Amino acid sequence: MSDTVSIVIVSHSQDVAKGAADMVREMVGDEVNVAFCGGNPDGGLGTSVQRIIDAIEAVWSPKGVAILVDLGGAETNSEMAVEMLPPQRRAVVVVCNAPIVEGAVMAATEAAGGSPLERVRAVAEELSAS
Amino acid sequence: MLAHAVGMHARPAVKLTKLAKRFSARIAVRVAGAVDWIDAKSIAKVMAMRAAPDSIIEFEASGADARAAVDALIMLIAQDFPDVGR
Repeated sequence: MSDTVSIVIVSHSQDVAKGAADMVREMVGDEVNVAFCGGNPDGGLGTSVQRIIDAIEAVWSPKGVAILVDLGGAETNSEMAVEMLPPQRRAVVVVCNAPIVEGAVMAATEAAGGSPLERVRAVAEELSAS
Repeated sequence: MLAHAVGMHARPAVKLTKLAKRFSARIAVRVAGAVDWIDAKSIAKVMAMRAAPDSIIEFEASGADARAAVDALIMLIAQDFPDVGR
């Protein structure tokens, strides 16, 4: 499955993140790797840079990783996580400006066809453009 | 042209788009009577198509594998979007 872009879902809530990942797996199938993380280490709402890094590494693909986020800190922590990756990996990880659930399903649908990272991102972001 | 029983909800939309993307042909789709054709390979557009159950779906394709593409898409709809190739 390393020939497709992978998806990482980052929510403040572990339940939301897992639910979005479940939707991707059930609707799109398993040709695209999906990882998710949500909640802070104490079990409350929040996001953790280290967990985001771990999620990216868990589904790493040479074709790249598209990250879908929910609110504020999920986005800034995801950007921080990307910055902490080795430079050659950093270049092929993007944070999409898209609604988390819809964006994840659409990005995964596009990724399943083998599309490159920029195309996957564009399809997810189509939702915010209209 | 084909009638379908399930309506164009999220899951069928994903299946239709994924299947369309397997072909190199340019493939357009619309609900019969709609003014605009939609790119069948665009998940955002297909999902927004809002085809009601039992409406008629039309395809138009051009390119080397256009015939095969339309046949496959008609088959998908005729079978009411089965879970295949998973």
